[in-house]
Amino acid sequence: MIIPILILVPFLASLFVPFLYTYVRSKKIGWMVLPVPLILFVILSFQIPSLASGENLFHTIRWLNAADIHFTTHLDGLSMILGLLITGMGTLVVMYSIYYLSEREALGRFYMYLLLFMGSMLGVVFSDNVLVLYVFWELTSVSSFLLIAFWHQRKNSRAGAKKAMLITVTGGIGMLVGFLMLHQMTGTYSIQEMIGMAGTLPTYDLFIPAMLLILLGAFTKSAQFPFHIWLPDAMEAPTPVSAYLHSATMVKAGIYLVARFIPVFGESELWFYSVTFVGLLTLLWGSFNAVRQNDLKALLAYSTISQLGLIMSLLGIGSAAMLDIPGADKTIYTAAAFAGLFHLINHSTFKGALFMIIGIVDHELGTRDIRKLGGLAVFMPITFTIALAGSFSMAGLPPFNGFLSKELFLEASLAVQHLALPGVHIWIPIVAWVASVLTFVYCMIIVFQTFFGRQQQQPAWVDRGAHDPRPGMLVAPSILGVMIVGLFFFPNVLGKWILKPAMAAVYPSFGNPESLVPHIAAWHGLNPALWMTIGIILIGTILYIFLRQWRRIYTIAPFSWKIDNIYALLLIQLEGNSYHLTNKYMTGHLHRYFTYILLFFIAMMGTALSFVWRLAFNFSEDSVVTVNEYILVMVMMSAAVAILFVNSRLIAILLNGVLGFTVAFLFVVLRAPDLALTQIVVETVTTVLFLLTFRFMPDWKKERPRRPVKVLNAFIAVASGLIVIITALMVQGNRLFDPISKYFEDAKTLTGGGNIVNAILGDFRAFDTMLEIVVLLIGGLGVYVLIKLKDKKDGDGNENQ
Amino acid sequence: METLITLLVGVLVMVAVYLLLSRNFVRIILGTAILSHAIHLLILTMGGLKKGGAPLLTEEGSTYTDALPQALILTAIVISFAVTAFLLVLAYRIYRETGADNLDDVRRELDD
Repeated sequence: MIIPILILVPFLASLFVPFLYTYVRSKKIGWMVLPVPLILFVILSFQIPSLASGENLFHTIRWLNAADIHFTTHLDGLSMILGLLITGMGTLVVMYSIYYLSEREALGRFYMYLLLFMGSMLGVVFSDNVLVLYVFWELTSVSSFLLIAFWHQRKNSRAGAKKAMLITVTGGIGMLVGFLMLHQMTGTYSIQEMIGMAGTLPTYDLFIPAMLLILLGAFTKSAQFPFHIWLPDAMEAPTPVSAYLHSATMVKAGIYLVARFIPVFGESELWFYSVTFVGLLTLLWGSFNAVRQNDLKALLAYSTISQLGLIMSLLGIGSAAMLDIPGADKTIYTAAAFAGLFHLINHSTFKGALFMIIGIVDHELGTRDIRKLGGLAVFMPITFTIALAGSFSMAGLPPFNGFLSKELFLEASLAVQHLALPGVHIWIPIVAWVASVLTFVYCMIIVFQTFFGRQQQQPAWVDRGAHDPRPGMLVAPSILGVMIVGLFFFPNVLGKWILKPAMAAVYPSFGNPESLVPHIAAWHGLNPALWMTIGIILIGTILYIFLRQWRRIYTIAPFSWKIDNIYALLLIQLEGNSYHLTNKYMTGHLHRYFTYILLFFIAMMGTALSFVWRLAFNFSEDSVVTVNEYILVMVMMSAAVAILFVNSRLIAILLNGVLGFTVAFLFVVLRAPDLALTQIVVETVTTVLFLLTFRFMPDWKKERPRRPVKVLNAFIAVASGLIVIITALMVQGNRLFDPISKYFEDAKTLTGGGNIVNAILGDFRAFDTMLEIVVLLIGGLGVYVLIKLKDKKDGDGNENQ
Repeated sequence: METLITLLVGVLVMVAVYLLLSRNFVRIILGTAILSHAIHLLILTMGGLKKGGAPLLTEEGSTYTDALPQALILTAIVISFAVTAFLLVLAYRIYRETGADNLDDVRRELDD
């Protein structure tokens, strides 16, 4: 029961915050929000021991039985990692934001969105029902949209928010279709039950489409190539949001989804290829683009893309353990997934810290352009220290946690090249190595171009009072800094308590999770991975020193190509074309719209009739026609047709009266006395109304539509009439059911009324009648108001008097 | 009888649709009125015509015409009256406000 409450609490708090903010119009609101993630973090932490001993928390709230949709929550090792990140980083980010955001900002709105995001994200990682998961998934997109556009007066913020929304929601809908396909195959919406049936799935035709669609959702969310373009633009958000959503948590949702579905899809080679190759490509492209950025935040955005690609590729290599390869040592590949999960945590620590540091620099100096920064180490020693730890950890240097996971990554890339699959060669470790070199280069850029050099700039910083920020702002990044170092020295604590249950969740079929957890050691001899790291440092340093010389390659195609342009072009084309198209047919002319509707009716019914034309007409049931009835029908037909040709509206109105009263006569003949009475009354009033209008409206002008229009109208009219006739005759000739009216003939005993029609209206379907009276009342009110309402000009005149 | 009324319905629909497609308000409203006549007769025909006495239990005889379509039509007559009345007053009002008695003029008035 505890997990559903964990998900619910942030939502409730987010509802509460705006009201609270009307009373507390100051930064104190942040301190009031802070306990929410903190308490959730503590509660979750208390579950760590039971999870480490192999337990899972499963809880179902029955919801829609008919649709098999239930609010099922599932806490296992994998969701625990994400849960701790969401609440833990949430606490730090809220604390940081209290100092980062000024009192003038709409703080109530900010924390409301932040809590909304927190709840949705917890919902994503704890839901076992895929449809519930999908709803939370889209909610994270929505709250991300709101947070990116937090400074909505800025054009770039709005554009960035729209881009992120369009891309992630497109992926989300693909994912939904994938989930529905999985439901088709398995008959369940529960992920755990799907995992149980994983062995039978590859035989279905829908297996591959479902897999690719779910990957689409994961890749868009986790900013994988070529969908990564939304992430740099999302940096328009306030820095706490970037640190939280766009590096630590939301972009990890795609990673989570891939890890979650490894047991379902891992046996497919296509899964291995897609996840690994897309991950590697993203890793390379992201790090390559990070080097050329001048804005520190954009640099971090590309580095986040790159690091997400790294984790993704590790999960891809990890899923190779599920492939059916005889004689292979599976622990090599499970170690890759282990490294991926480990790096997931490490990345959140060092990237979170770096984002906060960049935020501090921006906050204190008003710029984050590395061309304008330099020499800050002297003025901001504490900030510099944390930045150093974060950057060196990201570069993969000891003694920081990034070193450990980077080593594991290099080992995994070396291991996978021996996999006996086509397309898997020596180039995988080469790509990994090149990307790592580039990563090293941009990490050096962060440290050295911001905090060293450019001595000539220093007086400017002194004038502007460059110094470490208030202690409160440094608390959150310091905590992360301590973790960066702490995890280097005690990685196996994390391995035992957090990563072991997570590995059990990723590989449920492997039995004993102990064998899945390698012992992490900082020193493991002079193995190839260490040689690769030494190479990275050497080449990276050389590249950094000669950065100015070789940076020119970014101006050469294809390195200068941007996928952004494709997005912009598509968007402009789409907007322009739909605008033109809509303007073409939405002309504001009623007869045009009638034409569309009726042509559609004719096309649809015509097509349908062409399929059932074999259904015979059957006239044998027809009752006999007397001469009087012939005369009535002929009168009506000629009156109706005559209306079309008269030029005077008076005659037209009178002919309409003739029609109405003849209908009343027909009702008499056809054994419907009540209808006849009503029709006579209504027709009288209607004719009077028409004549009243006649009194106030001008005479008809001769309508002279162009000949083609006239022909088209005539065609539509005749075709509609014919379709009605044919359909009606077919229906009459082919009755499938007996009428249900026998029931109403018992009216005397059921209602006490002798008139069956009245009994139906007043008793059997009394609600209908009541609503009918309501409609009449509304119509009457409308008529009254339209007549009594003062003319606009008159109204203004009255006010001026 | 059923076939004859169905043919009548068809003719009424043709006239009504043609009127609906014109631009003058009064013609359009006449179109809606005629269309409702047509539909009322269609519903009645669907239940079968003259298959027994009027649906009054006090009448002689043991069989009655289907009463359900009649109840539906009764509702429909009243509603179509409300619609016609409202449309007429709306047309009158638009003419008062804009001096237009057809859709094209109103459109022009709005565009200006």
